[in-house]
Amino acid sequence: MKIMRRSWPLLIGAIIIFSSSSCGGDGGGPGGVLKLQGAGASFPAPLYLKWFKSYSGAHNNVEIDYQSVGSGSGVKSVIDKTVDFGASDAAMTPEEVAKVDGGIRCLPMTAGSIVLSYNLEGVAELRLSRKAYADIFLGKVKKWNDPLIAAANPGVTLPDVPINVVVRADSSGTTFVFSKHLSAVSPEFASSPGTNKMPNWPVGTRSKGNEGVTASLKTTPGSVGYIEFGYAKSQKLPMATLENKAGKYVTATTASGQAGLASAQLPEDLIAWASDPESADAYPIVTYTWLLCYKQYQDKRKLEVLQDLLKYCLTVGQSDCEPLGYIPLPTNVAEQVVAAARDLK
Amino acid sequence: MPETMDANQVSRPPTTYQVFVDRFFRGLCYLFAWLSVLLVVFIVVRIATVAWPAIRQHGLGFLTGTTWDPNTGQYAILPEAWGTLYSSILALIGGSAFGVSAALFLSEGFLGDLIFRILKIFGTQFHPFWGKWPERLEDYLKNLIELLAAIPSVVYGLWGLFVVIPLIRPVCNWLHLNLGVIPLFGTSLSGPGMLPAAMVLSIMILPTITAISRDILVAVPSKLRMASYGLGATRWETILGVVLPTASRGIFGAILLAFGRALGETMALAMLIGNANVISTSLLSPANTLAALLANNFPEAGPKEVSVLMYAALVLLGITLLVNMIASAILLRASPVPEGGG
Repeated sequence: MKIMRRSWPLLIGAIIIFSSSSCGGDGGGPGGVLKLQGAGASFPAPLYLKWFKSYSGAHNNVEIDYQSVGSGSGVKSVIDKTVDFGASDAAMTPEEVAKVDGGIRCLPMTAGSIVLSYNLEGVAELRLSRKAYADIFLGKVKKWNDPLIAAANPGVTLPDVPINVVVRADSSGTTFVFSKHLSAVSPEFASSPGTNKMPNWPVGTRSKGNEGVTASLKTTPGSVGYIEFGYAKSQKLPMATLENKAGKYVTATTASGQAGLASAQLPEDLIAWASDPESADAYPIVTYTWLLCYKQYQDKRKLEVLQDLLKYCLTVGQSDCEPLGYIPLPTNVAEQVVAAARDLK
Repeated sequence: MPETMDANQVSRPPTTYQVFVDRFFRGLCYLFAWLSVLLVVFIVVRIATVAWPAIRQHGLGFLTGTTWDPNTGQYAILPEAWGTLYSSILALIGGSAFGVSAALFLSEGFLGDLIFRILKIFGTQFHPFWGKWPERLEDYLKNLIELLAAIPSVVYGLWGLFVVIPLIRPVCNWLHLNLGVIPLFGTSLSGPGMLPAAMVLSIMILPTITAISRDILVAVPSKLRMASYGLGATRWETILGVVLPTASRGIFGAILLAFGRALGETMALAMLIGNANVISTSLLSPANTLAALLANNFPEAGPKEVSVLMYAALVLLGITLLVNMIASAILLRASPVPEGGG
């Protein structure tokens, strides 16, 4: 109680200080602290936070606040103009962009692979053919020793246990990308459940968030699920080697991910999906993630800082990608994005 | 009246200032009271407004269908409504059994007697410090149980995920293999599911049940117990035949309050129940609840989905309000000092 009572004035003081400093930022007078507010996708959040922290560390008059509230909320905030920039794993649809006067520029900042992790005792390496993993998520392959899985894994003893499929319970960009890929692989998947942020999965228990799926995979023997590469790497979960469109089995690495990205030519609006890359050494499930910027900013100082920040992230910042489990943008793509960032007004 | 003019008189009419403060305070109280009522109304109206397009589109079929598929625009919440009620009822069974037992243990002097006897061995039962321990320990234990309410629900969720599920998995799989014919064990436990969710939920509602039940059991007049003993009843006959029936209405109210809490619990359930839209009586099958559905879908929902989710929220609100109204009605009828006492 004593602590509570004592902390009230402190809290009120903090609120006053906080609000007055943010007012200063909004005023944007030269010399004051400039505050950029961002919100959106949770998948690239660890990387964004690292970028923003090191950027504002080097520029002590800039403060960048990023809230990882999910891609959908990011897009919503951008449309409502409650933020200076948004972020989304699914970019923005033309209808969504049309709701913003002046337009939106979607800038790919980094990329990531989605891996199939599994929990099978004694199976250190697992190869899954395109048909096998599509059928697992369609609920047609039910046991680990199914001939479809065994055919691709000679010499591996697969146990006679049911496959426990783990999918995301929450609506998410990761699921959008994964279901888009499955739809490209399997016409049956495309017709139902189809591509969505939360499709109506025919099988599986559902866990919340990448971290929830990771936890389920870790604690449930016989399970398989899709997660971001970074999560599998940091939690040391085994990742299945997947067959790509060219019929080669490829593990998820930075190089194979970049090969996958290279297959998708970035058009003028910088939104491209590598939903099923064709190149022989490409990892099949890979995607960009976008920062959503307004094409026009009222506050010119804000614009300058944002452009400088984007430049930093796309050049120096790209070296932070790999240690955190993301795929750095291929050099030509990064250049294209820097040029696009320069055109913001 | 010369007396009232006497300067030594203690009583005097309130000053204008006091009258003002009194009126101001009364006004303030009315204001806040009405504000909180208005807030509830505002929330309901606001949710209903946003939900209106979905209500018009899906109507009552929303409550009876089983598919939730954003791709085809089919939305229905029967599995979630079923899961909400099923998990809450299961949790209530577990929670009341443990909660009421704990309340009895902490109010009927079981622990006190034991400590008293231990102290007697050392001859310190009337010692100024040790002699207070029989009652004191009951108080401490009661506080300890109430502390369960302070644990954040995400911690319960993680504990369930990493401790409870691995712990019960072998037992559950044995039950499924050997007693699979019984619908309760009709599926195997793959990980998250109804049973671990209900187990954790019952622990979460335990403090509500225990705290209120204990207060009500303590309020049962000791005259009744004495009278019962006087008629030759044993301790258990007294508890089951006299104390519990006297306190039953209050305990029932406590259980209904806990039911309301169980219905609305979100985070721990979203993590533990498996979030699969199936209707199954099996304890080991994954299921879904309304609160978990809302928590999982809101962050990424588009405008159309928001409307549907608000409809689901309205249904959950309806269920919870109904249960809470019944609970408070019963609590109102159960007087704090049970009848026959005084």
